[in-house]
Amino acid sequence: MSPLNETKLAFVARHAIAIALSVMFLCPIVFLALTSFMSSDQSLTANLWPTAWHPGNYAEVFARTPLPRYLLNTALYATFATLFMLLASVPAAYALAKLRWRGRTTIFVAIVCMMMLPPQVTTVPLYLMWADYGLTGSLWPLVLPMLLGDAFSIFLLRQFLLTIPDEYLDAARVDGCGEWRTLLRVVLPMAKPGIAAAAMFQFFYAWNDYYGPLLYTSENESAWTLSLGLASFRTLHAVQWNIVSAATLLTMVPIVVVFFFAQKAFVQGVTLTGVKG
Amino acid sequence: MVAVTAKRAGRATSAAGAATLRQRRRRDRLTVLSFMAPVLLGLLVFLVYPLVASVYFSFTTFDLVNAPRWVGLRNWEHLLQDPNVRKAAANTLWLVVVLVPARMLGALATGLLLARFKRGAGVYRTLFYLPALAPPVAATLAFVFLFKPGTGPVNTLLADLGIQGPLWFNSPEWAKPSLVLLGLWGIGDLMIIFLAALLDVPKEQYEAASLDGANAVHQFRYVTLPNIAPVLLFAAVTGVIQTLQYFTQAAVAASVASGQATTGGGISSTFGYPEGSTFTYPLWLYVVGFRYGALGYANTLAVVLFVVAAAVTVVMLRRFRSFL
Repeated sequence: MSPLNETKLAFVARHAIAIALSVMFLCPIVFLALTSFMSSDQSLTANLWPTAWHPGNYAEVFARTPLPRYLLNTALYATFATLFMLLASVPAAYALAKLRWRGRTTIFVAIVCMMMLPPQVTTVPLYLMWADYGLTGSLWPLVLPMLLGDAFSIFLLRQFLLTIPDEYLDAARVDGCGEWRTLLRVVLPMAKPGIAAAAMFQFFYAWNDYYGPLLYTSENESAWTLSLGLASFRTLHAVQWNIVSAATLLTMVPIVVVFFFAQKAFVQGVTLTGVKG
Repeated sequence: MVAVTAKRAGRATSAAGAATLRQRRRRDRLTVLSFMAPVLLGLLVFLVYPLVASVYFSFTTFDLVNAPRWVGLRNWEHLLQDPNVRKAAANTLWLVVVLVPARMLGALATGLLLARFKRGAGVYRTLFYLPALAPPVAATLAFVFLFKPGTGPVNTLLADLGIQGPLWFNSPEWAKPSLVLLGLWGIGDLMIIFLAALLDVPKEQYEAASLDGANAVHQFRYVTLPNIAPVLLFAAVTGVIQTLQYFTQAAVAASVASGQATTGGGISSTFGYPEGSTFTYPLWLYVVGFRYGALGYANTLAVVLFVVAAAVTVVMLRRFRSFL
């Protein structure tokens, strides 16, 4: 069983399976990419390889849709949702992980419940609330709540802060730091990986979100995000798979770029969501 | 005399001590409040209020123009007779029963494979993980294209092998299994969680087991599984919760596969295509509330969803009391 005396056969078999799986995970993207360079007519055939290359399809996407507008809306939504979330969630996670107070467990249970609550449960009352404020038709109903924290982010940050030894905090307190100073000067620098992971999850969640923008901005196309634009794009140009493929790939690019720049923090973060019992 | 003074003095200091202690407690409470205030307000506005409101609204009828009017149990009686609810609940249950275990098994299998690599695991891990990053709308579009009946790449390749592929997203029997394949494509995040848990299993336990003559199957059963059980359970619970909310992929797949241009009803006019086979519970809730404008009844559906999600959450909180 030990890896030392494993046979060459096992080594080859393992890599063969892994390579086969890699191909399966990648081939949807490869087929999509190939189709995005086909002519409209060819994209309706069973050909898998473009007979002639049409990079102009990508220009077509920009010509036919307000893609920069969607991109800007999505980037604004994701950026502000992330910044607002951090402002409220980091201090709360600190109080839940590192301060002792009555009611702490109750509040944490409430936060776990909120994290587990399907968004559809609260959709109607919240929609009515935002309609009262005249904010439906915009992305504000998805961004503003983040100023009051995000349950999943608080949960994730708390799990991370629990791993920071109390001795560092006690040392700061003995030196006369108040709790806020302890958080800002001592804990924040040590919590960078956790904060990076929470920020990235929030950013990706907002970037990929479809239900929220559909609910609040359906009737106002100028507030649409990439996901919403992409879903409607297909139905407006029913059969042009070459253009649709190009548009689909374009919406994936920013996420993949962010991922490759921050892969390590991200993988760490994903691991953190697995919580041991 | 001396004793009395000392006693008085003692009493005085202890009184002063109690006062400063009270002061300090109050200051501590204010400190905690300064950290927690926004989130406490958030819990009230975005958890407590909408839950109370939706229970109340579930006994009323109203829309975006007319104010709520109390109708007693009428929505609840309607719920019991609504064939669409039954269909939608059955579809969601199907996804919970098939999609969640399929994703977990897929993630565990790939995790076990990667755990055996000494080198090269990083590259494979990245490749396996990438699809999980794809925005759900984009991933769904890609899959509908891939599984297009007739000229799609999958059926083209199957035809080369002499197999006639099914209609996938266009067939009532195959639409949900196609969504499961889409879910399997994105198992990367689960896989990374499982892989971390697998690599955390103490090596000594494997060595001890193999000295006792345990084979690979026994090792998995008696060493690996017990060690990663909590992680598996947590993944199962969050998987069920996510599947109860299943919306985007079903909505987009139906709209794209149906090939119809969206009309007045917006995207919701194609929900459930083909033949209601992809109509999930949250889709039905959305249609009731925002297409038919029956906001009272939509809240009745929401309360039911809440009760189910709460039951699942309670199971989790009981099992994971240790991390609270």
